[in-house]
Amino acid sequence: MTNYTKRYLWLLTSILILAALIPGSAMAQGSYPTDDDVNAVAKQLYCPVCENIPLDACGTTACEQWRGIIRDRLSEGWTEDQIKTYFVDQYGDRVLAEPPRSGFNWLVYIVPLLIFVGGLVLLIGAFQRWRKAESEVSSGKNAKQAAKPKKAPDEYISRVEEELNKRSKG
Amino acid sequence: MKKLLIWGGLVLLLMILGVGLIQSQQGQVGRGEIAPDFELISFSGETYQLSDYRGSVIVVNFWASWCQSCKPEALDLEAAYKFYQPRGDVLFLGVDYVDTEPEALAYLEEFQVTYPNGPDLRTKISQAFRITGVPETYIIDQDGVIVHVRIGPFMSLEEIKSYIDPLLDL
Repeated sequence: MTNYTKRYLWLLTSILILAALIPGSAMAQGSYPTDDDVNAVAKQLYCPVCENIPLDACGTTACEQWRGIIRDRLSEGWTEDQIKTYFVDQYGDRVLAEPPRSGFNWLVYIVPLLIFVGGLVLLIGAFQRWRKAESEVSSGKNAKQAAKPKKAPDEYISRVEEELNKRSKG
Repeated sequence: MKKLLIWGGLVLLLMILGVGLIQSQQGQVGRGEIAPDFELISFSGETYQLSDYRGSVIVVNFWASWCQSCKPEALDLEAAYKFYQPRGDVLFLGVDYVDTEPEALAYLEEFQVTYPNGPDLRTKISQAFRITGVPETYIIDQDGVIVHVRIGPFMSLEEIKSYIDPLLDL
C-alpha cells in the first residue's frame, strides 16, 4: 500500500466518521428534550392541585408526572400548542396560565380594560367640571369687582387731608 | 342615559364579583343534597352515568396515584366492592383526579382494584362535587341523595360497611 493510498484511506475514514456523527447528534437532540425545553412548556401550565404555582416551579409528585408527560410528548414530536391542548382536554381550561380568549373568559381581558377606560372618563369629566367651576368663580369675582360702586370719599378723611396740605404749604 | 350606563356597568361588575365570591366560598356538596349527575368513562372504555343507577347505593371515591393517603384505603375499598358485588345493588366508582394515565393504571394494578375507575376529564366531576382534595368519598343512597361524605381515607373495611349496610337494611 503506497503512502498516497494510506492517506486517502485515512481521509475517507475520517469523513465517514464525521458523517456518521452529525446526523447522530441531530437525532439525539430530537429524541431527548432538555429540562429547558420541558420547562418552556411547563411554565405556561398550572396544576390544579398546587394553586398559583406554575408547573415548572412545582415540586409535587403530580407536577413531576405532568412534566414527564410533557417530556414524552416533546420527544414524540408534539408542538407546544398540541401539548397545551392535550392538558386542557384532560384537566380543563384552568391549567392554562393565560385563559383562552373565548366565552366567559373574555371578561378577564375586557373587565380591567373597561374599568380603566371608565375611570379615565370619570377623571377627565371631574377635572373638566372643576376647571369650569373655578373659572366661573374667578369670572364672577371680576364681575363683582367691576360692578362694585366706588365709595364716596369719607368727609372726615378729606378734611384731614386738606388740613395737612395747608400745613405743609404753610 | 350616561349615568344609567355607568350604574348598570357597576351593578353588573358587582354581580360577577359576587357570584365568583359565592362560588369560591361554597364547601363541597354535603349530606342530604342530591348528588350531581356525571358521566364517567372508565379506563377500559365503559361509560357510567350516575343517574342511570337510581335504586342502587353508589360509592364515589376520588383518588389519585400521587396521593399517599389514598393508598391505605384502596385495599379496603376493593374488599368492600368484593363484599357487596354478589348483591348487584351497590356500585363503586373510582374517579381519578388530576392524574396521569400510566401512573393511574399502575396504581390500580398495584392495589388490584377491579371496580370501575376512570379519569376526571377536564376535572368536571370534582368541580361538580366541589371536592377539597383527595381522597374524598361520597356515599349516595337509592334516591340519589348523599348520605355520607368522607374527607380523607377510610380506616377499615368495617368503617365502609358501617355506612353502606344501613342503606341496605342489613
